[in-house]
Amino acid sequence: MTVYTLKIDGRDVAGSEGQSIMDVAEENGIDIPGLCHLPGIHDRGACRLCVVKIGGSPRLAAACVTRIAEGMDVVAHDEELEEYRRAATEMMFLERNHVCAVCVANNHCELQELSADLGMTHFELPRISPTVDVDLSHKLFGLDHNRCILCLRCVRVCDEIEGAHVWDVMHRGLETRIQADMGVDWGDSATCTSCGKCVQVCPTGALFEKGRPVAAGTRDERPFLPWLRVHQEERGL
Amino acid sequence: MSQTIVIDPVTRIEGHSKITIQLDDRGEVVDAQFHVTQFRGFERITQGRPVHEMPALMARICGICPVSHLIASAKAVDDIMAVEPTPTGADLRRVMNLGQIVQSNALSFFHLSSPDLLFGFDGDPAQRNILGVAAANPQLARDGIGLRKWGQQIIEWLGGKRIHPEGIVPGGVAFRLTEEVRDRILAGVPEALAATERAIAWYKSDMLRWEEEATTLGNFRSAFMALVDRQGNVDHYGGWIKVIDADGHALADPIDPKHFNDYIGEAVEPWSYLKSTFWKPMGYPDGIYRVGPLARLNVAEKTGTPRADEELEKFRWRVGRVASSSFHYHYARLIDTLHAIEKIELLLRGPEITGPHTRSTAGINRNEGIGVSEAPRGTLMHHYKVDDDGLVEWVNLVIATGHNNMAMNRAVLQVARHYVKGDRLEESMLNRVESVIRCYDPCLSCSTHALGQMAIKIDLLAPDGRVLSQLAR
Repeated sequence: MTVYTLKIDGRDVAGSEGQSIMDVAEENGIDIPGLCHLPGIHDRGACRLCVVKIGGSPRLAAACVTRIAEGMDVVAHDEELEEYRRAATEMMFLERNHVCAVCVANNHCELQELSADLGMTHFELPRISPTVDVDLSHKLFGLDHNRCILCLRCVRVCDEIEGAHVWDVMHRGLETRIQADMGVDWGDSATCTSCGKCVQVCPTGALFEKGRPVAAGTRDERPFLPWLRVHQEERGL
Repeated sequence: MSQTIVIDPVTRIEGHSKITIQLDDRGEVVDAQFHVTQFRGFERITQGRPVHEMPALMARICGICPVSHLIASAKAVDDIMAVEPTPTGADLRRVMNLGQIVQSNALSFFHLSSPDLLFGFDGDPAQRNILGVAAANPQLARDGIGLRKWGQQIIEWLGGKRIHPEGIVPGGVAFRLTEEVRDRILAGVPEALAATERAIAWYKSDMLRWEEEATTLGNFRSAFMALVDRQGNVDHYGGWIKVIDADGHALADPIDPKHFNDYIGEAVEPWSYLKSTFWKPMGYPDGIYRVGPLARLNVAEKTGTPRADEELEKFRWRVGRVASSSFHYHYARLIDTLHAIEKIELLLRGPEITGPHTRSTAGINRNEGIGVSEAPRGTLMHHYKVDDDGLVEWVNLVIATGHNNMAMNRAVLQVARHYVKGDRLEESMLNRVESVIRCYDPCLSCSTHALGQMAIKIDLLAPDGRVLSQLAR
């Protein structure tokens, strides 16, 4: 396997051919934020929080879906990138209705943690405040579109790990929603195995266990799906 | 020429309001209205939310009494799930609720009302606040601050934080009490009891000064409503709704709280966002009644704890079996606090209080649920309807201050008639109109104005809206 050497934020690092910038950064303890990225399932570069600058390229690149190359000079952190990330995070909040104080994921939420890390103290853009549905039809779980950031981790984990492919995406732009089967209520899905993997990987409180009170997310109670990592290694990702 | 006096805003109460006093051509008071000028909309904004979120959403109504709303809301969801909380869960809810009663009563008596009692209603407004109390009677201020702190600490130690705690959930509580926390709370009991008894002794020694106020501040005959337990004693958490008339006779058999709608109606007036509740058998507006600490003592046979019962006996000896003056809310609030502290100790010494079974679980088994408890200011009712999946479709909240709305209006009118003479706007009148409202400790939303530094402004208006004169503090 070919080994490439490259620089990330001025540090000399090395990685194997086929690895993403994100993978190599993780291996070397360089933190690049990302909400759609989850080790063990395919990356899709959706959230744009992992954007980095690559020397010689006029465009920003998503670190999770950009393969490393020999001699690459990557800037993962500077003021401009932080501002882009802050703006992208702000837009995630504004597209739906996120109210941390009364959310089941309060203090267990990756979006919340990230916004705190980025120093986001207020919104500069106007809120959209859309009216969206809450689906409590499943006997165990709930889906609150108000809190969905369309990272599509649920879509991928259901397809690639559970093999059920219950979740997919419907509509476009601001109207984009995840849907069960062909747009049925979750409780009416013929394919859902009620395994709960989608709930476990949701970075916010969009997917949750029914009956859980506010701020009682499950993420801290269980080891985080260790088989995802095993699966990744088996597939040589 | 008829005139209107407006007091806006009213200070040292929870929330914002104003008072309008209407004079006739001869300068006599013909009417007075207590306006609640804020709109919150919780009954609407919670529609469509999962019902399990309701306790946490409802706690946001108020930063002073989040626990009261948590309790009533969790009980309503218990009803929808058709479960009883586990005994340990119910007792831990009770402890948190009583911690809430202690801290809120302390805020009302010491921080908001004691300045009037210490310096007199005509005292210098610059001095008439808790800082003035701290300078003139440091022990009284220390006791008040200490009691409030202890009550808040109980909420924090059990529920994770002082404001909007998270421990109370449908089915019980989401935490297990450790022996360490239990002992830490119990360690504060002796000082809390001593502080309350010092305040009661001080209040009693000074009571005769307020003979005129006791006669004129909301002194009228009305019914009273509160929750009582099986023995007819004070119950802040559950039991039955009991309503008595001004002579102490029960107006109905004890009412199952789940049937409160059969007895309590709600009227809406165009000049206030606060609904007026009334006793249905007597109709609106005749079905006036009062809730809160005074009502709890008037309605109950006893408090059920020894020290508070001893004080209750003295209370009744001084003011009668059914106290009719709203001024006695202050006195009643202290005895209510004493009972709450004793009850906290009793509950915490129970053998099961640190047990592991703190929560019952269930799905949606009914489409409608009602939860009723005693908040510091009086009986609180939450009523929800949900769809088969548990999404909230309809909410109605009957809040303690709503029960007292008609009584507050009547009290303001009584005070205005006694103290407003012609078109002279005097500070003393202003103070007493405000203080009669403060007797009820109305909670109009979620903000604290503990230091009372907001300005009071009265406008004297001609019928055409011209300002004839102004008085500002």
